[in-house]
Amino acid sequence: MLSYAIRRLLGAIPTLFFIITAAFFMMRLAPGGPFDQERALEATVMANLNATFGLDEPLWKQYVIYLGNLVRGDMGPSFVYRDLKVHQILAIGLPVSIKLGGMALALAMLVGSALGSIAALRQNSAVDYGVIAVATFGITIPNFVVAPVLLLVFALYFDIFPAGGLNGWQSYVLPVIALSLPQIAVVARLIRGAMIEALRSDHVRTARAYGLPTRMIVIKHALRAACLPAISYMGPAAAALLTGSIVVEQIFGIPGIGRYFVQGALNRDYTLVMGTVIVVALFVVIFNLIVDLLYALLDPRVRYD
Amino acid sequence: MPRSILNTAVLTSVLALTIGSQAVAQTYFRGSDGDPETLDQHKTSTVVEANLLRDMFEGLVVYDASANVVPGVAADWEVSLDGLSYTFNLRDDAKWSNGDPVVAGDFVYSLQRIMNPETGAKYANILYPIKNALAINSGEAEPETLGVVALDDHTLQVNLEQPTPFFLELLTHQTGLPVHPGTVEEFGADFVQPQNHVSNGAYTLEEFSLGDKIVLNKNPEFHSADSVSIETVEFLPFEDRATCVRRWEAGEVHSCSDLPAEDINRLKEDYGDNVRIAPYLGTYYYSVNTTREPFDDPRVRQAMSMVIDREFLAEEIFTGTMVPAESFVPPGIGNYVEDSPRFDWADMSMLDREDAAIALMEEAGYGPDTPLTVEISYNTSENHRNAATAIADMWSILGIETTYNVRDASAHYAMLRDEKDFDVARAGWIGDYSDPQNFLFLVESDNDGFNYPAYQNPEYDALMDKAAAETDLDARAEILAEAERMFLADTPQIPLLYYSSRSMVSDDLHGWEDNIQNVHATRFLSIAE
Repeated sequence: MLSYAIRRLLGAIPTLFFIITAAFFMMRLAPGGPFDQERALEATVMANLNATFGLDEPLWKQYVIYLGNLVRGDMGPSFVYRDLKVHQILAIGLPVSIKLGGMALALAMLVGSALGSIAALRQNSAVDYGVIAVATFGITIPNFVVAPVLLLVFALYFDIFPAGGLNGWQSYVLPVIALSLPQIAVVARLIRGAMIEALRSDHVRTARAYGLPTRMIVIKHALRAACLPAISYMGPAAAALLTGSIVVEQIFGIPGIGRYFVQGALNRDYTLVMGTVIVVALFVVIFNLIVDLLYALLDPRVRYD
Repeated sequence: MPRSILNTAVLTSVLALTIGSQAVAQTYFRGSDGDPETLDQHKTSTVVEANLLRDMFEGLVVYDASANVVPGVAADWEVSLDGLSYTFNLRDDAKWSNGDPVVAGDFVYSLQRIMNPETGAKYANILYPIKNALAINSGEAEPETLGVVALDDHTLQVNLEQPTPFFLELLTHQTGLPVHPGTVEEFGADFVQPQNHVSNGAYTLEEFSLGDKIVLNKNPEFHSADSVSIETVEFLPFEDRATCVRRWEAGEVHSCSDLPAEDINRLKEDYGDNVRIAPYLGTYYYSVNTTREPFDDPRVRQAMSMVIDREFLAEEIFTGTMVPAESFVPPGIGNYVEDSPRFDWADMSMLDREDAAIALMEEAGYGPDTPLTVEISYNTSENHRNAATAIADMWSILGIETTYNVRDASAHYAMLRDEKDFDVARAGWIGDYSDPQNFLFLVESDNDGFNYPAYQNPEYDALMDKAAAETDLDARAEILAEAERMFLADTPQIPLLYYSSRSMVSDDLHGWEDNIQNVHATRFLSIAE
């Protein structure tokens, strides 16, 4: 399995190279540059800035320089946050995003699979309909509605949690809930569907025939099979959650990296955009690998040796 | 009233009473419009940076609480009769936060650094009036040739290219702030890191955490430290204005530096005087492409301007947070005539204006049978979209059919500067210093990069040159007014609204005086205990 994992990671290098190249050139197709903002710049000043950042070089040369620096682990200076290099910006924000996203991920897996299992066990009952209703609600009501409502209720009316910033564990509660709600909904639905199927499958019927207790059947046999679709879903979802969410970060005033995806693009902060693209690409590669490895653990039919 | 601030205030005063008269460290939580792009005063360009740098550094002159120019590091100064030379006498007690004295040489070093092309200064052009500055910034002269000389440690002479009556105003801009030469030499670009940072203002940099907060502490070495009341300032960046307002309502911040327009009415209703809307030195306008038919005809431009109901835009689209414009240079600006120019038709009723505009269009050959199609370009924003839609409706009376072209900010402004592929385009200008020249220079014909409408009028240019050479302020103001009258008659840009600053200020925060520059240095503020 280890050699499989290593093979997969090595195989990702050409993929990453392709993504970096495509992103580099696609970004330059967008009209305007990092120094075109509402406040116009004087022509001499603009020329100096372009020279400072090497934007006066031909594009292919900029690309070669960028790749060369990247191989040495240097993502270059940000065009907008001029006191910082891109890797410094990411190093400040990424841990925050990972922490927040990790908590939301864990919460989504736990609550989602519990709700989904309960619904499946009581299929077509009031409980089942209740879970489906909540799940549909969670999927359809977007973050930018849920988050301000949570703040209004719990920060302004009841004054239980702070209205923003990151000071102490209390600050994490509302953003984690806002981030995990849609994921809980998706996981619950996926688990429910797969669980209903699993409960009717041959190996569960066999387990029942052995007279095993229901709890054991559900958790050990049915859930193991039922969580496979949810795990496939959670691979890319985890990559998205752990790299931050612009909506939740802005509404709660959290210093993660989610906002750079949008800001970077709008500001034409070329190096920062490249940085975020690389981070997401890495996360997707890693989490898809983790999903595949988990499959091998959970599904006895899958083997990588 | 934000509850928690009140509670904290009550609690701290109770504590203070019980403990005795021990001073309680005060922290001012100051909402800011976002992160600074840099803390280097020579690379700076944004208002957020201006506010931070103003707290940390002191220039030769500074703005007081009402945005008047008052002595800073310079105790006083003399201007030569020809207006070309300023001699500043520096205070003896000005010190850097590491204890070094602030000397004239520091300013020489700083001004040379900002003009050095290698610095890549975004706002170097503010200081181009200094002798040789443009040549140095263009790489044609050595930084040492800059017209700034330290006569001795406490006397600084600045020589100018030509008389610049607003030169002291320019020095209030953050680009005129000094750096500590020793630190810059030692740490290079990293001199802005908190552990290396040395400043000469009321506050020092304690912590900078991107997206989270910037913490400043009172500088005990500051010459007027005794008069500085607030011990610590936390600048909190808010990309989203509504987030700041929510935290203000929860009592977690003392002030917000911008408010969401759509929420203004509720805020005014709920918080009354805590909502501060004040005239601001800025104009929101539409540039008209004067190189394109039929917009090369001033009558068409004038007619398009006349039928716009600016009251409606100000009240309905911008919920009273903008002021209807009657000219291009906003009111309240310094160095200008008492009775500043306005549209000829500013006092006419909308109905009369519409009739006059229709007549103008007919003269130019456009009417119901020969409709005109106009494309409005604007940068993505709900308010810009609503304004454009309303204006299109107002133009329909002239038989104008309107289409839209929406781009994001970078694409929009790059297009305005380079390709100029537009009929009418939205833009805005916030004055960098309080002088009409800072608005009127936008459409000088050689002003590449700023002259969006590509306006070419030799008479206008001649007036601007004449104003630049005039040393008598009153005579100069008259010339500038003449230029603006020419501008308004020609309408290369259609002025729509004057900007207002919008802030939320807690009752506990004292000393916040509304002013046209919207500057509120923390050293002049205090927090009620």
